[in-house]
Amino acid sequence: MATITIDGQSYEADPSANLLQAALTLGFDLPYFCWHPALGSVGACRQCAVRQYRDEEDTTGQIVMACMVPVADGLRCSIVEPEAAEFRAEVIEWLMSNHPHDCPVCDEGGECHLQDMTVMTGHCKRRFRFPKRTFRNQYLGPFINHEMNRCIQCYRCVRFYGDYAGGSDLVAMAAHNHVYFGRHEEGILENEFSGNLVEICPTGVFTDKTLKHHYSRKWDMVSSPSVCSHCAVGCNTIASTRYGSVRRILNRYHHDINGYFLCDRGRFGYTFTDAADRLRRPLLHPDRERDVETVAEPAEAMKRIREIFSEATGVAGIGSPRASLESNYALRNLVGSGRFSSGLPRIEHDATTALLEAMRNAPDGPGSLRDAERADAVLILGEDPNNTAPRLALALRQSVRNEPIRADAGSRIPRWHDRAIRDFVQDRKGPLFIAWPASTRLDDLAAGTHRAAPDEIARLGFAVAHAIDPQSPAVTDLDDSASDLASRIARALKEADRPMVVSGTALRSPAIIAAAAATVHALRRTGSGGSSFLAVAPEANTIGDAMLEGAPLETLEQQLESGEVDTLVILENDIYRRLPAPATDRIISKARRIIALDSIATATTNRADVVLPAGSFAESDGTFVNHEGRAQRFFQPLPPAGDVLEAWRWIGRIAAETGTSKQNEWDRLDRVLTALARDCPELAPARDAAPDAAFRANGQRFPRAPRRFSGRTSILSHLSVHEPKPPEDSDSPLSFTMEGHSGQPPAALVSHYWSPGWNSSQALNKFQSEVAGPARGGDPGARLIPGNGPNERPSTAIPAPVPDDDQTLLAVPCYEVFGSDELSARAPAVAERIPKPYVALAPTDAEHHGLDSGDSLNLLIGELRVSAPVRLDPKLPPGLCGIPAGMPGWSVPHLPARASVVT
Amino acid sequence: MNLRAETMEHIDATIPRYPHKRSAVMPLLHAVQRDQGYISNEAIAWVAGKLGLEPVNVYEVVTFYPFFRQAPIGRRHIRLCRTLSCALCGGFGIAEVLEEAFECRMGETAPDGSATLEWAECLASCDKGPVLMLDDDLHENLTEEGVRELARTIRAENAEGSDSSMTGNNS
Ligand code: SF4
Ligand code: SF4
Ligand code: FES
Ligand code: FES
Repeated sequence: MATITIDGQSYEADPSANLLQAALTLGFDLPYFCWHPALGSVGACRQCAVRQYRDEEDTTGQIVMACMVPVADGLRCSIVEPEAAEFRAEVIEWLMSNHPHDCPVCDEGGECHLQDMTVMTGHCKRRFRFPKRTFRNQYLGPFINHEMNRCIQCYRCVRFYGDYAGGSDLVAMAAHNHVYFGRHEEGILENEFSGNLVEICPTGVFTDKTLKHHYSRKWDMVSSPSVCSHCAVGCNTIASTRYGSVRRILNRYHHDINGYFLCDRGRFGYTFTDAADRLRRPLLHPDRERDVETVAEPAEAMKRIREIFSEATGVAGIGSPRASLESNYALRNLVGSGRFSSGLPRIEHDATTALLEAMRNAPDGPGSLRDAERADAVLILGEDPNNTAPRLALALRQSVRNEPIRADAGSRIPRWHDRAIRDFVQDRKGPLFIAWPASTRLDDLAAGTHRAAPDEIARLGFAVAHAIDPQSPAVTDLDDSASDLASRIARALKEADRPMVVSGTALRSPAIIAAAAATVHALRRTGSGGSSFLAVAPEANTIGDAMLEGAPLETLEQQLESGEVDTLVILENDIYRRLPAPATDRIISKARRIIALDSIATATTNRADVVLPAGSFAESDGTFVNHEGRAQRFFQPLPPAGDVLEAWRWIGRIAAETGTSKQNEWDRLDRVLTALARDCPELAPARDAAPDAAFRANGQRFPRAPRRFSGRTSILSHLSVHEPKPPEDSDSPLSFTMEGHSGQPPAALVSHYWSPGWNSSQALNKFQSEVAGPARGGDPGARLIPGNGPNERPSTAIPAPVPDDDQTLLAVPCYEVFGSDELSARAPAVAERIPKPYVALAPTDAEHHGLDSGDSLNLLIGELRVSAPVRLDPKLPPGLCGIPAGMPGWSVPHLPARASVVT
Repeated sequence: MNLRAETMEHIDATIPRYPHKRSAVMPLLHAVQRDQGYISNEAIAWVAGKLGLEPVNVYEVVTFYPFFRQAPIGRRHIRLCRTLSCALCGGFGIAEVLEEAFECRMGETAPDGSATLEWAECLASCDKGPVLMLDDDLHENLTEEGVRELARTIRAENAEGSDSSMTGNNS
């Protein structure tokens, strides 16, 4: 720590920070624009001016930009010094000279960094008397709205979009007072992290277009801490609502996971909660074969369920990787663990089990996104992060700068000095290797790629492990280019300080995961202390579901076959997406009765006798276990309304109603968690993912509504001017109103970022222990998987080379950030971005079958017929074809599999 | 792209002079502008392709520098200084003369296509203001009468279609 003096007072500050960061950490209100905690400093906007003095004698000093001054022992400066203060006010004045002052009609109004900074500097009289420059705005797609007149030229947008996220279609054009930030021509912003512009831009140039469709001011929205439900990364979010519907998703900072950024799937996927196919009332299907459906009162539905249970010979439960830990556990408890299925088909089940094994077995436990961002050599084995774990791809994109910076003089440049670092690094990239059948959107960074069939990818992984440590078994018959690549990868990983191997279930190959684990252990054995294993899983609670150790769907089919079971309770799972339709039909028709719980209508709920409307993330409290085995609690921003209940609460009621198990006390989240902790010791820490419902500060709850919430009475004034009693919350320490503790809650309970003078999301600075550091009081969530030290457990056998086969193609799953996730695909804005169905084919194979791009290709995969237009992918190796996984209305489950071309 | 053989030769010789291909973007744009008189969208895409860039990255550069033109200009290019010394010496009076003589406003091209009028910032000849550049040639100590005469010559040459000049900025 260094001792610095600000306005005559001395403070301790971190010498690796800059003065602006240090001042903000110390609680000073120093305005800034171009600096961003994740993007670093460029010293461009001149807003953070302070006066710096040489020493105690120096009374003149000079004006400097705080964001460009390194903290050092003895540093002396003044923030309040009149000339510095006047300088800051003048900077605002000139930045504002062309600003339209249209706050009342601007979506940013009330949470605008420019407003906050203007007030902070004290500038309030406009002297600019000339016409303002104006721009034509662009259509930028369904996510982002463009309003260029409001721009203050801080350049943050292009620094984020281009430099940080690797996007190439948003640039700064022209010069002087007519700099324009936009696309070459109108069109959709392509990068899947474009939504972050909403929070990056300090003004109202880039705003959330989905919010615009049902706009509300920040101070009028009731929000809660939530966790993204669209992939296993588990980014922390703030879900905001008004008039009973979700209005937007904002980033909630988590030091080890998402930091400051979300992906567009996570930010804009939320409107599925309000889509037309949402289930809000219980439904009865008197005849499952025919499309007749009646809406029922909950009591009537319960009566029907009681009948079904009393007639049943055996009830089995199908869990789900997208349902909360509590709901899955409640279901397992209802039906008994012998009759609980994870809800995954064997092919995915086995890969997920292998992944969980590898996570438990990893020397230091599974790695986090922050580890990925800090890694200096990375091998991605069988994953396509941009599409399977988007936020991870953004973290990996930052990792390639680490090795060049570490290399030489770079290590002496402070990390926050973005301009210097980028000039120093130029085009050099640290080692990132990608093994995936097709091209990926990280290929532009890759030092090497291996595009091959899943088994070949596993073989490469084992070869890398062997090249690192000959104690790992050798791979036979590896071709020259693959073995060269393996030794290059091995060398890079061995030389690194913090090597990382990323692997997961995308190709449903336990061998790939075993190869990744073998590589991590080989590194550990040869002395790379910092090696880490990063696990990628597809759905929000894939890991939590797997930890409950249910059986694959196929086991359930056998139980139905044998007559041991004749009734199914299906939890938030559309099994038509998991198994080929003929196999699913068999399960459905063998089940005499089906009870389904879900938040959305699916092919599966359509065939259930009774359907119960379950809460989405917006109407539920619960826990997801993310890809690093971290249990994270999400809280409902919306009070329960109508018949919708959390799935675990429905299941508790079923248990109480049917007397099947002692769950009648499960009307509170904490009770479910207590039972879970008792039954599953490994999952016990999940209870501590967030404070329990009894937690209070000074006897008070933590408000979901901001302190300036307005119009509580007027919301319902067309019905009654009497204010109804606010809804109660028995599951969390949050209240649904603005009443309650006014100080900062623990990080797991943060519903909004606000601090006096800081109305934008940049108030976040005040919620961190230090700027860009961990949250005050520690980041939320509880790690469940501690790691296993150096003890490697024996891994799967190395697969044989993939034989040549001219008769069939190997169909492998590929993924789409917009489309492969079931829930977000139902959000209209995301749906606009979903590509049309396609089968990716190597040009040579296409030619062989006389096909051209766009021609229709018919495939027979097992008992499933698939037909889609050809998309030529020159990067795909011959003999493979790629089929997008989980596309809405067009899902081809159960890949990889052999496919024959039918004409 | 339909470029003259010398231009192509020049371009091919220029690119390898830089450690990163993309650093050649400015010289290439100059060469294209010299050849074509301006930089079309087609040219932007062509330069991008040549240097392995996205067209938008070239577009950024073209729009940043006012000396890169995105539309054809008149036969001659007149750039009149509007910075302080020249303004004090009557540069704005010269502008009025030019506007009248070419029947167009500053920033526009004469209806007969004989010339394009533009403002320039200081042309570094402040002691001899007002100053203008006619294509690549500096004209100093301008007088209203002298400029009227110059305009007459330019328009007459244009009418004859004589080949005494080139298209645009021949720097
Ligand atoms: S658009 Fe926003 S982020 Fe980009 S330069 Fe303008 S004010 Fe800054
Ligand atoms: S989809 Fe995944 S990566 Fe994207 S915001 Fe949600 S959790 Fe994060
Ligand atoms: S924040 Fe320091 S100059 Fe912009
Ligand atoms: S002011 Fe005109 S040449 Fe300098």
